[in-house]
Amino acid sequence: MTTTLAATRSVTGIPTGRLGVWWVLVSEIVIFGGLLGAYIMHRIGHPDWGDQAIHTNIWAGGFNTFVLLSSSLSAVLAHQAAERGDGKSAARLLLLTAAGGATFLVVKAFEWTAEITSGFTIGSNLFWSFYYTAAGLHALHVLAGMVILLFVAATAAKNLELHRVENIGIYWHFVDIVWIFLFPLLYIAK
Amino acid sequence: MTGHPHDAARDPGFVKKYLWSTDHKTIGLQYMLTGMAMALIGAFAAYVFRMQAAFPGASVPLFGPVEAADYNYLVTMHGTIMIFWVAMPVLLGGFGNYLIPLMLGCDDMVFPRVNRLSYQIFFLSSVVLVASFFVPGGAFGGAWTAYPPLSANSAYSMTPFGSTLWLLAVALEFVAFLLGGINFITTTMNSRAPGMKMFDIPIIIWTIVIAAVLFMGSVGPLVAGAVMLLFDQVVGTGFYDPARGGDPVLWQHLFWFFGHPEVYVLLLPAMGIVAEVMVVFARKKLFAYRTIVYSAVATGIISFFVWAHHQFVAGIDPRMASLFSLTTLIISIPVAEMFFVYIATLYGGSIRFTTPMLWALGFVAEFLLGGVTGIFLGSAGSDIYFHDTYFVVAHFHYTFFPIAFMAAFAGITFWFPKMFGRMMNETWGKVHFWGTVIAFNICFIPLFITGTAGDHRRVFDYSMFAELATPEMQSLRILATRALLVTLAFQVVFVINFVYSLFRGTVAEANPWKANTLEWLAPSPPPHGNFAAMPVVYRGPYEYNVPSRALDYWPQYEPADATDPVAPGARLPLPQGA
Repeated sequence: MTTTLAATRSVTGIPTGRLGVWWVLVSEIVIFGGLLGAYIMHRIGHPDWGDQAIHTNIWAGGFNTFVLLSSSLSAVLAHQAAERGDGKSAARLLLLTAAGGATFLVVKAFEWTAEITSGFTIGSNLFWSFYYTAAGLHALHVLAGMVILLFVAATAAKNLELHRVENIGIYWHFVDIVWIFLFPLLYIAK
Repeated sequence: MTGHPHDAARDPGFVKKYLWSTDHKTIGLQYMLTGMAMALIGAFAAYVFRMQAAFPGASVPLFGPVEAADYNYLVTMHGTIMIFWVAMPVLLGGFGNYLIPLMLGCDDMVFPRVNRLSYQIFFLSSVVLVASFFVPGGAFGGAWTAYPPLSANSAYSMTPFGSTLWLLAVALEFVAFLLGGINFITTTMNSRAPGMKMFDIPIIIWTIVIAAVLFMGSVGPLVAGAVMLLFDQVVGTGFYDPARGGDPVLWQHLFWFFGHPEVYVLLLPAMGIVAEVMVVFARKKLFAYRTIVYSAVATGIISFFVWAHHQFVAGIDPRMASLFSLTTLIISIPVAEMFFVYIATLYGGSIRFTTPMLWALGFVAEFLLGGVTGIFLGSAGSDIYFHDTYFVVAHFHYTFFPIAFMAAFAGITFWFPKMFGRMMNETWGKVHFWGTVIAFNICFIPLFITGTAGDHRRVFDYSMFAELATPEMQSLRILATRALLVTLAFQVVFVINFVYSLFRGTVAEANPWKANTLEWLAPSPPPHGNFAAMPVVYRGPYEYNVPSRALDYWPQYEPADATDPVAPGARLPLPQGA
């Protein structure tokens, strides 16, 4: 696949790939914004949901927050390595980032299994509906991010397309930030 | 300027060229032709349910007797298809993809493969929607707005598969246009020809890009809402079920937070097409270019604050109703501003009544009626009476018919020579215009009258309602239906003209209309890669009848040379290495 002349231009001075990622994030922000806005409006009207939220596992959520934030650090270090032109270390750090995402999902799987076996399913109450929908949508983004991380790592290891390391990093930080909103809203608020 | 990386001479083969193409022109035409094909389905649906409204119980030719469930799904599918599968693909997918790289002077979109994916997802969404006609229970019949509880519970809608497939199709369609929009915006921001500054961008590109930003900013909450509705349908959640703590009005908020900006997502590209056509056939500089850009931006911003005017009768807080009445009336100001500016462009121009120009002028006249009747519906007091009557139906058809069809016809007849290298027939084009516009008015003016008399929309059989089944009302309904048949019959003229001109039309030169924008520099039709040598921009797009020049147009790509004295506003090329 040859690149187009259009893709080589940069009138704004921002590289085209990065600009594209930012616009993806704009569209993502309003998706999560709509979901969380709906949740917050409902939550304000239902103080009794605190009795449900108490059953969430705040320690598992806290650990996952720590893991996800740490994985953003390795994404930044990967970007730094890519800037140096060191594709090999960038690839290694991206794999570490993906491993952070995998840990997050594994912890989440155990957490959800425990909750579902205790009878808190997506249909049992509107709080749990929001809980599984919002966290599930976020988990899908983690999964998608991991797949892209692996692709980018594979090319970066050959010292190719190093600008993509920054672009996937931007996306990964976004996935992080969404979780920073989800964790207090779903776990901490009682 | 380096040579183009694509090998223009290589023939990629049929599958690669038409099903797997990354070329923005092919993708644009795919969008446009898919939209036109879907329009046939949408029009057929309108034909069937209008026949039922005019002649209840009669067997409709080509369909048979219309059951209540048929009526419901036909009304639903007509609305869904005409907005999401006709107006969106033709105006945004079609013209956006085709024109943006050409008018910006580049070879393609910045993400051609994302663009191809966008069309493929859109095509898949069309297949899913059409497939929903054939599942057990039939297609979704809960109206194109899909309000719960009707849409959330198949015990009410009686379309267990149809409603889920509808939701899936709409969600896929949104993904397709999000991907397309990212391409539109990024290409316009980053890939303009050397010398093309922000205010040298043609108006239609501005309006399409603003529309893409609006779409992107407004559709997210509905995507989230659609996931919630899907879970209500298939997993058994109760997001929209008041009995379980949910709220059906939440869907209305999420739907209209998108749904009203969506009106402007479609209006703005239509306004852009009209601006391009008008200025070329008035042979006069576009009046107040920047005012149009600022008005379009203002319209876009205000459009995020008007959505609840669809919900005045849904039990929202009356204080909120007065606030939303106010914002709704305010949004008419920038839109009216744009129309005044267009009229000022015509004033003193040297007007040529070609077919595209007739469509553009017709757009202004007809949309005006749609806009003015909107004032009645935007004010909460009168809306409570008019809500869900045929007045509303007539109102939004006076906005959407000009947008989705008149502006689209203006654009198609205007850019046809560029797209296919041949001219369309002018005489038959004018026959099509007058037949369509006159019949359209005879179709919808009666519906304003029946709506004002209290005629409720989405009624399957008026004979059940004594006060609405009077002979006077029925004769107006029959008149509207007959006019619809005439409108549809005149589309045959267009289809024949379109197909005939594709093969037998007069061969078009590169710039048949003597226009200024960059797409007219490319050969007709443009080859893969668009331009033999990539253009450089020397001036704004609307320099017509510049006094110092012998020719009455001055293309953006033409350097100011010694034979033609440099006019004010001309500038030297920027030293860019692109």
